[in-house]
Amino acid sequence: MNEMYVLWIFTGLSLVISFAVHRGKTIQALRIALKRLLNILPPFLVMMLLVSAVLYFATDEIIAHYLGNENKYFAVLIASIIGAITFLPGFIAFPLAGLLLSKGVMYMVLAAFTTTCMMVGVVTYPIETAYMGTRATIMRNSLAFLIALIISVAVGILYGELP
Amino acid sequence: MKISKRNAFILTAYAVFLAVSFLIEFKPGQQIGLNFSSFALTMLRIVPFAFILIGLFEVWVKRETVEKHLGEDSGIKGYLWAILLSSTTVGGIYVAFPVSYSLYRKGARLSVIFTYLSSAAITRIPMAIFEASLLGVKFTIIRFLVSLPLIILSSILLEKYLLRRGFKMSHPDAKVTPTVK
Repeated sequence: MNEMYVLWIFTGLSLVISFAVHRGKTIQALRIALKRLLNILPPFLVMMLLVSAVLYFATDEIIAHYLGNENKYFAVLIASIIGAITFLPGFIAFPLAGLLLSKGVMYMVLAAFTTTCMMVGVVTYPIETAYMGTRATIMRNSLAFLIALIISVAVGILYGELP
Repeated sequence: MKISKRNAFILTAYAVFLAVSFLIEFKPGQQIGLNFSSFALTMLRIVPFAFILIGLFEVWVKRETVEKHLGEDSGIKGYLWAILLSSTTVGGIYVAFPVSYSLYRKGARLSVIFTYLSSAAITRIPMAIFEASLLGVKFTIIRFLVSLPLIILSSILLEKYLLRRGFKMSHPDAKVTPTVK
Protein backbone atom coordinates (compact mmCIF):
# COMPACT_ATOMS: atom_id res chain seq x y z
CA MET A 1 0.00 0.00 0.00
CA ASN A 2 2.08 2.87 -1.33
CA GLU A 3 -0.40 5.52 -0.31
CA MET A 4 0.20 4.63 3.33
CA TYR A 5 3.95 5.15 3.04
CA VAL A 6 3.26 8.54 1.49
CA LEU A 7 0.98 9.37 4.41
CA TRP A 8 3.50 8.23 7.02
CA ILE A 9 6.44 10.05 5.47
CA PHE A 10 4.41 13.21 4.89
CA THR A 11 3.10 13.20 8.46
CA GLY A 12 6.57 12.51 9.90
CA LEU A 13 8.21 15.29 7.89
CA SER A 14 5.45 17.76 8.76
CA LEU A 15 5.85 16.97 12.45
CA VAL A 16 9.64 17.38 12.36
CA ILE A 17 9.43 20.69 10.50
CA SER A 18 6.66 21.95 12.76
CA PHE A 19 8.63 20.96 15.84
CA ALA A 20 11.75 22.75 14.57
CA VAL A 21 9.81 25.94 13.89
CA HIS A 22 7.64 26.05 16.99
CA ARG A 23 7.72 23.51 19.76
CA GLY A 24 4.70 24.75 21.69
CA LYS A 25 2.44 24.87 18.65
CA THR A 26 3.45 21.33 17.69
CA ILE A 27 2.61 19.99 21.13
CA GLN A 28 -0.71 21.81 20.94
CA ALA A 29 -1.34 20.22 17.54
CA LEU A 30 -0.71 16.76 18.98
CA ARG A 31 -3.06 17.53 21.87
CA ILE A 32 -5.80 18.56 19.45
CA ALA A 33 -5.16 15.41 17.39
CA LEU A 34 -5.44 13.14 20.42
CA LYS A 35 -8.53 14.85 21.82
CA ARG A 36 -10.36 14.81 18.48
CA LEU A 37 -9.46 11.18 17.90
CA LEU A 38 -10.58 10.03 21.33
CA ASN A 39 -13.86 11.89 21.13
CA ILE A 40 -14.82 10.44 17.78
CA LEU A 41 -13.60 6.96 18.70
CA PRO A 42 -16.98 5.51 19.84
CA PRO A 43 -18.76 6.28 16.52
CA PHE A 44 -15.65 5.03 14.72
CA LEU A 45 -15.85 1.74 16.59
CA VAL A 46 -19.55 1.41 15.79
CA MET A 47 -18.74 1.92 12.10
CA MET A 48 -16.05 -0.78 12.27
CA LEU A 49 -18.53 -3.10 13.92
CA LEU A 50 -20.98 -2.55 11.07
CA VAL A 51 -18.24 -3.08 8.49
CA SER A 52 -17.19 -6.37 10.08
CA ALA A 53 -20.77 -7.63 9.92
CA VAL A 54 -21.42 -6.41 6.37
CA LEU A 55 -18.20 -8.03 5.12
CA TYR A 56 -19.42 -11.31 6.53
CA PHE A 57 -22.76 -11.24 4.71
CA ALA A 58 -21.70 -9.58 1.43
CA THR A 59 -19.31 -12.17 0.06
CA ASP A 60 -17.90 -12.00 -3.47
CA GLU A 61 -20.25 -14.79 -4.56
CA ILE A 62 -23.35 -13.01 -3.32
CA ILE A 63 -22.31 -9.72 -4.93
CA ALA A 64 -21.51 -11.53 -8.21
CA HIS A 65 -24.84 -13.31 -8.08
CA TYR A 66 -26.93 -10.15 -7.75
CA LEU A 67 -24.89 -7.95 -10.09
CA GLY A 68 -25.05 -10.54 -12.83
CA ASN A 69 -28.86 -10.42 -12.96
CA GLU A 70 -30.27 -10.65 -16.47
CA ASN A 71 -32.64 -7.72 -16.12
CA LYS A 72 -30.24 -4.78 -16.47
CA TYR A 73 -32.44 -2.25 -14.72
CA PHE A 74 -32.89 -4.56 -11.79
CA ALA A 75 -29.14 -5.25 -11.77
CA VAL A 76 -28.33 -1.52 -11.63
CA LEU A 77 -30.80 -0.97 -8.83
CA ILE A 78 -29.61 -3.90 -6.76
CA ALA A 79 -25.95 -2.98 -7.45
CA SER A 80 -26.49 0.52 -6.13
CA ILE A 81 -28.27 -0.78 -3.04
CA ILE A 82 -25.52 -3.32 -2.31
CA GLY A 83 -22.90 -0.63 -2.96
CA ALA A 84 -24.62 1.76 -0.56
CA ILE A 85 -24.79 -0.81 2.22
CA THR A 86 -21.39 -2.40 1.82
CA PHE A 87 -18.28 -0.54 2.59
CA LEU A 88 -15.46 -2.00 0.58
CA PRO A 89 -12.10 -0.28 0.59
CA GLY A 90 -11.09 0.74 -2.95
CA PHE A 91 -8.34 -1.84 -3.13
CA ILE A 92 -11.01 -4.53 -2.68
CA ALA A 93 -13.89 -2.90 -4.59
CA PHE A 94 -12.05 -2.27 -7.86
CA PRO A 95 -10.39 -5.69 -8.20
CA LEU A 96 -13.79 -7.17 -7.47
CA ALA A 97 -15.30 -4.94 -10.16
CA GLY A 98 -12.54 -6.07 -12.56
CA LEU A 99 -13.36 -9.68 -11.79
CA LEU A 100 -17.08 -9.09 -12.30
CA LEU A 101 -16.36 -7.39 -15.63
CA SER A 102 -14.53 -10.48 -16.85
CA LYS A 103 -17.59 -12.51 -15.83
CA GLY A 104 -19.73 -10.37 -18.13
CA VAL A 105 -21.28 -7.93 -15.70
CA MET A 106 -22.20 -4.70 -17.50
CA TYR A 107 -20.23 -1.47 -17.17
CA MET A 108 -23.25 0.48 -16.01
CA VAL A 109 -23.89 -2.02 -13.23
CA LEU A 110 -20.27 -1.74 -12.11
CA ALA A 111 -20.49 2.07 -12.25
CA ALA A 112 -23.54 2.00 -9.97
CA PHE A 113 -21.80 -0.42 -7.62
CA THR A 114 -18.40 1.30 -7.30
CA THR A 115 -19.88 4.79 -7.09
CA THR A 116 -22.39 4.02 -4.35
CA CYS A 117 -19.73 1.96 -2.62
CA MET A 118 -17.54 5.05 -2.24
CA MET A 119 -20.11 7.83 -2.06
CA VAL A 120 -23.05 6.49 -0.12
CA GLY A 121 -22.35 5.20 3.35
CA VAL A 122 -24.87 3.27 5.38
CA VAL A 123 -22.12 1.95 7.65
CA THR A 124 -20.45 5.36 7.98
CA TYR A 125 -23.78 6.77 9.21
CA PRO A 126 -22.64 6.79 12.89
CA ILE A 127 -19.61 8.95 12.06
CA GLU A 128 -21.34 11.18 9.55
CA THR A 129 -24.18 12.01 11.94
CA ALA A 130 -21.65 12.77 14.72
CA TYR A 131 -20.31 15.62 12.58
CA MET A 132 -23.22 16.53 10.35
CA GLY A 133 -26.36 15.61 12.23
CA THR A 134 -29.12 13.37 10.94
CA ARG A 135 -30.76 15.67 8.41
CA ALA A 136 -27.62 16.65 6.49
CA THR A 137 -26.41 13.05 6.51
CA ILE A 138 -29.62 11.70 5.00
CA MET A 139 -29.78 14.51 2.45
CA ARG A 140 -26.16 14.14 1.33
CA ASN A 141 -26.42 10.38 1.00
CA SER A 142 -29.70 10.56 -0.93
CA LEU A 143 -28.22 13.07 -3.36
CA ALA A 144 -25.11 10.90 -3.72
CA PHE A 145 -27.30 7.89 -4.48
CA LEU A 146 -29.08 9.88 -7.18
CA ILE A 147 -25.77 11.02 -8.66
CA ALA A 148 -24.56 7.41 -8.74
CA LEU A 149 -27.67 6.41 -10.72
CA ILE A 150 -27.10 9.26 -13.19
CA ILE A 151 -23.46 8.19 -13.63
CA SER A 152 -24.66 4.65 -14.23
CA VAL A 153 -27.08 5.80 -16.95
CA ALA A 154 -24.34 7.91 -18.58
CA VAL A 155 -21.95 4.96 -18.56
CA GLY A 156 -24.69 2.73 -19.95
CA ILE A 157 -25.37 5.08 -22.87
CA LEU A 158 -21.69 5.69 -23.67
CA TYR A 159 -20.88 1.98 -23.60
CA GLY A 160 -23.87 1.15 -25.75
CA GLU A 161 -25.61 -0.82 -23.01
CA LEU A 162 -28.59 1.54 -22.98
CA PRO A 163 -31.31 1.82 -24.11
CA MET B 1 -13.72 10.48 25.85
CA LYS B 2 -17.46 10.96 25.75
CA ILE B 3 -19.61 8.04 24.80
CA SER B 4 -23.36 8.02 24.34
CA LYS B 5 -25.39 5.40 26.20
CA ARG B 6 -26.54 3.90 22.92
CA ASN B 7 -23.01 3.49 21.56
CA ALA B 8 -21.77 2.11 24.87
CA PHE B 9 -24.55 -0.48 24.80
CA ILE B 10 -23.92 -1.46 21.15
CA LEU B 11 -20.18 -1.81 21.69
CA THR B 12 -20.53 -3.81 24.90
CA ALA B 13 -23.06 -6.18 23.32
CA TYR B 14 -20.73 -6.61 20.35
CA ALA B 15 -17.72 -7.37 22.56
CA VAL B 16 -19.75 -9.95 24.48
CA PHE B 17 -20.97 -11.50 21.21
CA LEU B 18 -17.39 -11.84 19.94
CA ALA B 19 -16.11 -13.24 23.26
CA VAL B 20 -18.88 -15.85 23.37
CA SER B 21 -18.37 -16.70 19.67
CA PHE B 22 -14.71 -17.49 20.25
CA LEU B 23 -15.51 -19.37 23.44
CA ILE B 24 -18.06 -21.73 21.89
CA GLU B 25 -16.41 -21.65 18.45
CA PHE B 26 -19.40 -20.09 16.70
CA LYS B 27 -18.02 -19.80 13.15
CA PRO B 28 -19.92 -16.71 11.85
CA GLY B 29 -19.07 -14.81 15.04
CA GLN B 30 -15.42 -15.75 14.74
CA GLN B 31 -15.35 -14.61 11.12
CA ILE B 32 -16.92 -11.28 12.05
CA GLY B 33 -14.29 -10.89 14.77
CA LEU B 34 -11.52 -11.51 12.25
CA ASN B 35 -13.10 -9.00 9.85
CA PHE B 36 -13.12 -6.46 12.66
CA SER B 37 -9.48 -6.97 13.53
CA SER B 38 -8.27 -6.77 9.94
CA PHE B 39 -10.25 -3.58 9.34
CA ALA B 40 -8.99 -2.19 12.65
CA LEU B 41 -5.43 -2.85 11.51
CA THR B 42 -6.01 -0.88 8.31
CA MET B 43 -7.54 1.97 10.28
CA LEU B 44 -4.60 2.03 12.70
CA ARG B 45 -2.27 2.57 9.80
CA ILE B 46 -4.22 5.58 8.56
CA VAL B 47 -6.36 7.32 11.15
CA PRO B 48 -3.77 8.41 13.79
CA PHE B 49 -1.65 10.02 11.08
CA ALA B 50 -4.64 11.74 9.55
CA PHE B 51 -5.53 13.23 12.93
CA ILE B 52 -1.93 14.44 13.49
CA LEU B 53 -2.17 16.27 10.16
CA ILE B 54 -5.52 17.71 11.23
CA GLY B 55 -3.90 18.95 14.46
CA LEU B 56 -1.06 20.58 12.53
CA PHE B 57 -3.57 22.14 10.15
CA GLU B 58 -5.47 23.60 13.13
CA VAL B 59 -2.43 25.31 14.62
CA TRP B 60 -0.62 26.42 11.47
CA VAL B 61 -3.20 27.35 8.86
CA LYS B 62 -4.68 30.81 9.32
CA ARG B 63 -8.40 31.30 9.31
CA GLU B 64 -8.06 34.07 6.73
CA THR B 65 -6.33 31.70 4.31
CA VAL B 66 -9.14 29.16 4.46
CA GLU B 67 -11.79 31.88 4.29
CA LYS B 68 -10.17 33.42 1.24
CA HIS B 69 -9.75 30.20 -0.74
CA LEU B 70 -12.66 28.09 0.50
CA GLY B 71 -14.98 30.64 2.06
CA GLU B 72 -18.08 32.59 1.00
CA ASP B 73 -16.34 34.63 -1.70
CA SER B 74 -14.06 31.92 -3.06
CA GLY B 75 -16.30 31.33 -6.09
CA ILE B 76 -15.57 28.55 -8.54
CA LYS B 77 -11.97 28.34 -7.34
CA GLY B 78 -13.18 27.14 -3.96
CA TYR B 79 -14.75 24.08 -5.58
CA LEU B 80 -11.64 23.39 -7.61
CA TRP B 81 -9.54 23.51 -4.43
CA ALA B 82 -11.99 21.18 -2.74
CA ILE B 83 -11.72 18.65 -5.57
CA LEU B 84 -7.92 18.92 -5.61
CA LEU B 85 -7.81 18.44 -1.84
CA SER B 86 -10.17 15.47 -2.05
CA SER B 87 -7.89 13.73 -4.54
CA THR B 88 -5.18 13.59 -1.88
CA THR B 89 -7.43 12.07 0.78
CA VAL B 90 -6.05 8.82 2.14
CA GLY B 91 -8.19 6.01 3.48
CA GLY B 92 -11.81 6.74 2.88
CA ILE B 93 -14.69 9.02 3.59
CA TYR B 94 -14.22 8.35 7.31
CA VAL B 95 -11.03 10.45 7.13
CA ALA B 96 -12.79 13.13 5.11
CA PHE B 97 -15.30 13.91 7.90
CA PRO B 98 -12.80 15.08 10.54
CA VAL B 99 -10.97 17.04 7.84
CA SER B 100 -14.25 18.71 6.82
CA TYR B 101 -14.86 19.67 10.42
CA SER B 102 -11.49 21.45 10.57
CA LEU B 103 -12.21 23.25 7.31
CA TYR B 104 -15.61 24.29 8.64
CA ARG B 105 -14.12 25.72 11.84
CA LYS B 106 -11.64 27.72 9.80
CA GLY B 107 -14.38 29.30 7.71
CA ALA B 108 -14.84 27.14 4.62
CA ARG B 109 -18.32 27.41 3.17
CA LEU B 110 -20.67 24.43 3.38
CA SER B 111 -21.00 23.84 -0.36
CA VAL B 112 -17.20 23.62 -0.65
CA ILE B 113 -17.11 21.17 2.24
CA PHE B 114 -19.81 18.97 0.70
CA THR B 115 -17.98 19.07 -2.62
CA TYR B 116 -14.84 17.93 -0.84
CA LEU B 117 -16.68 15.13 0.97
CA SER B 118 -18.43 13.72 -2.07
CA SER B 119 -15.58 14.07 -4.52
CA ALA B 120 -13.29 12.28 -2.05
CA ALA B 121 -15.31 9.26 -3.13
CA ILE B 122 -14.49 9.74 -6.81
CA THR B 123 -11.14 11.44 -7.22
CA ARG B 124 -8.71 9.90 -4.73
CA ILE B 125 -5.59 9.53 -6.86
CA PRO B 126 -4.55 5.96 -5.94
CA MET B 127 -8.14 4.77 -6.38
CA ALA B 128 -8.58 6.53 -9.72
CA ILE B 129 -5.39 4.94 -11.06
CA PHE B 130 -6.54 1.57 -9.78
CA GLU B 131 -9.97 2.03 -11.36
CA ALA B 132 -8.58 3.13 -14.72
CA SER B 133 -6.21 0.17 -14.93
CA LEU B 134 -8.91 -2.38 -14.05
CA LEU B 135 -12.00 -0.96 -15.74
CA GLY B 136 -10.46 1.22 -18.43
CA VAL B 137 -9.57 4.90 -18.77
CA LYS B 138 -12.83 5.62 -20.59
CA PHE B 139 -14.82 4.39 -17.58
CA THR B 140 -12.89 6.63 -15.18
CA ILE B 141 -13.15 9.68 -17.44
CA ILE B 142 -16.92 9.28 -17.80
CA ARG B 143 -17.26 8.95 -14.04
CA PHE B 144 -15.19 12.08 -13.41
CA LEU B 145 -16.88 14.23 -16.04
CA VAL B 146 -20.41 13.26 -15.10
CA SER B 147 -20.01 13.25 -11.34
CA LEU B 148 -17.99 16.38 -10.57
CA PRO B 149 -20.45 18.96 -11.99
CA LEU B 150 -23.32 17.09 -10.33
CA ILE B 151 -21.44 17.01 -7.03
CA ILE B 152 -20.82 20.77 -7.14
CA LEU B 153 -24.44 21.46 -8.09
CA SER B 154 -25.86 19.22 -5.38
CA SER B 155 -23.49 20.71 -2.81
CA ILE B 156 -24.72 24.21 -3.62
CA LEU B 157 -28.34 23.09 -3.28
CA LEU B 158 -27.54 21.27 -0.04
CA GLU B 159 -25.90 24.38 1.39
CA LYS B 160 -28.90 26.54 0.50
CA TYR B 161 -31.30 24.07 2.06
CA LEU B 162 -29.30 23.52 5.25
CA LEU B 163 -28.49 27.18 5.89
CA ARG B 164 -32.17 28.02 5.72
CA ARG B 165 -32.62 25.55 8.54
CA GLY B 166 -29.82 26.94 10.67
CA PHE B 167 -27.44 24.04 10.14
CA LYS B 168 -24.20 23.86 12.10
CA MET B 169 -21.52 21.20 12.00
CA SER B 170 -20.62 19.76 15.36
CA HIS B 171 -18.02 17.68 17.07
CA PRO B 172 -18.14 15.81 20.37
CA ASP B 173 -15.33 18.00 21.73
CA ALA B 174 -16.45 21.27 20.16
CA LYS B 175 -16.74 22.96 23.54
CA VAL B 176 -13.37 21.91 24.96
CA THR B 177 -11.03 22.38 22.00
CA PRO B 178 -9.10 25.63 22.47
CA THR B 179 -9.73 28.10 19.70
CA VAL B 180 -6.56 28.42 17.70
CA LYS B 181 -5.79 31.54 15.73
